[in-house]
Amino acid sequence: MTAAWDLRELVVRQGGRPALRGAGLTVAAGEMVGVIGPNGSGKTTLLRAGLGLLRRDSGTAALSGRPIDAIPEPDRARLVGYLPQERRVGWNLASLDIAALGAPDLSPAAAREVARTCLARVGLAGFEGRGVLEMSGGERARVLLARLLATRAPLLVADEPAAGLDPDAQLLTLELLRAEAARGAAVVVTLHDLTLAARFCDRLVVLAKGQVAADGPAATALTPAVLRTVFGLEGELIQTPTGPVVSARRAS
Amino acid sequence: MRRRTGLFLLIALLLAATVLAVLVGETPLRAADYLTALAHPGSAPGEILWTIRAPRAAMAALVGGALGLSGAALQGLLRNPLADPGVLGVSASAGLGAGVAIALGLAAIPGAIELSALAGALVAGALVVALAARFREPETLILLGVSISAFAGALSSLVYNLSPSPVTTAEVLSWMLGSVANRDWPDLVTTAIPAAIGALLVAWSARGLTMLTLGEETAALSGLPMARLRAAAVGGAALLAGASVAAAGIIGFVGLAAPHLVRRFAGDDPGKTLLPSALAGAGLLVLADLAARVIPTEQELKLGVVTALFGAPLFALVAWRAARSWRS
Repeated sequence: MTAAWDLRELVVRQGGRPALRGAGLTVAAGEMVGVIGPNGSGKTTLLRAGLGLLRRDSGTAALSGRPIDAIPEPDRARLVGYLPQERRVGWNLASLDIAALGAPDLSPAAAREVARTCLARVGLAGFEGRGVLEMSGGERARVLLARLLATRAPLLVADEPAAGLDPDAQLLTLELLRAEAARGAAVVVTLHDLTLAARFCDRLVVLAKGQVAADGPAATALTPAVLRTVFGLEGELIQTPTGPVVSARRAS
Repeated sequence: MRRRTGLFLLIALLLAATVLAVLVGETPLRAADYLTALAHPGSAPGEILWTIRAPRAAMAALVGGALGLSGAALQGLLRNPLADPGVLGVSASAGLGAGVAIALGLAAIPGAIELSALAGALVAGALVVALAARFREPETLILLGVSISAFAGALSSLVYNLSPSPVTTAEVLSWMLGSVANRDWPDLVTTAIPAAIGALLVAWSARGLTMLTLGEETAALSGLPMARLRAAAVGGAALLAGASVAAAGIIGFVGLAAPHLVRRFAGDDPGKTLLPSALAGAGLLVLADLAARVIPTEQELKLGVVTALFGAPLFALVAWRAARSWRS
């Protein structure tokens, strides 16, 4: 089966410094993959280079088996939806209009219908007419998540979708992405919260200094050795009745 | 519905301003004269109305509309409420083109200054389109535009510096202050052609401007042909700015203020501020030109002076009231 997203041996240099040194990842339909690693390990760079938003020095990137550079700009949207880490919105559009931007392929009326459904899914029913710049940061993040869901793309890539959200919104965000995977989408998220990553992702890709340090289910990817060498933590992944928990303290 | 009412009011304002600009002027006319003018366009009152005032008012509307549309497109593209038609250096380059024509003594040839100004605008516009394809961050584009503007300004200074005739500077300065006086219908057509092409390009780019609200990266993966839409927005805005400067010199504030004025009813969506901004710009400039004509001064006021005098305080007021909406 063709992977929804297949990144191999990506090398990216930024400002003379290597940001990615041969990292890669694959994700199949129905699978949710978490990309984790310390700040500066190359998570965002991997996503951006893999989506063709950043120049690669070497390596290959393919969407649904097609080399990304060979896919015309408008066709890429049919294959992937992307939620960047940056949540700046330029103008004070109504949240319904922002969410509807996820579906420019539809007629305006149909796009608004999809947007309305997606806003309801992120818990913002009744907020359709609210200007995004008049909302709190957390509400705005949910509007942008609704826009991602409105793309209905077979691959959803979300960079730090849980950052800066309250615990309830973090869980809602990851549950929604999990539901997309259950419906058959391939989902890739970057996360800093290792417990959330272990709970929601089928597989974790651990990045360290631009390379893949581990790739596999949480139990094999978050070993005490990986926690120590990659994250500088003394600890382990513990199974609890409510799910796995990463218990750790800073290594001295 | 609020948007439709606003558009209707803008159209009504533009029509009323234009009718007023045709009816009112330095030469006082009696009611009977207006009837004569309507019945016999060739009569003396007819000449005043149809060959002096009407083309002048139409030119003011065209130039104002071009500036308003150009400003709205650039504010949307650059996601910056401070952007105006001058921000990419196109206006300064058009000024350079006019300065060169005047310094070379071509002012006597009809249309030479305008054509040279348009050529300057097109060269700068092409450069900006090429730069916009290469650099996508709004901040970079603005900085490059400021550089082009400064360089064109420096070249203009060089032209005056090296010009043997001391009259050149005065002539260029007077031209730069902006005016739509003594325009005839053929002048209007010459300006309308590049402006119409620019307007079509900008109108086509509207979806892209709206999508850019979410930033360059989201837009790049949105499914819209962003590279082409951006080029159309930049090129269209440059053509509009160039056509207006070539036709009427440098007129400030209209392109900056028009989008702000209409956001109150049309909303923030950059794609939806385009048409209202064009209408608002047109109405404002017709009124400004009317003011320039009827304010009794020794020498008729220049249009650019009027827009700056009235525009600056008005804009400060609008910016103050709007500040809340773009503080995020």
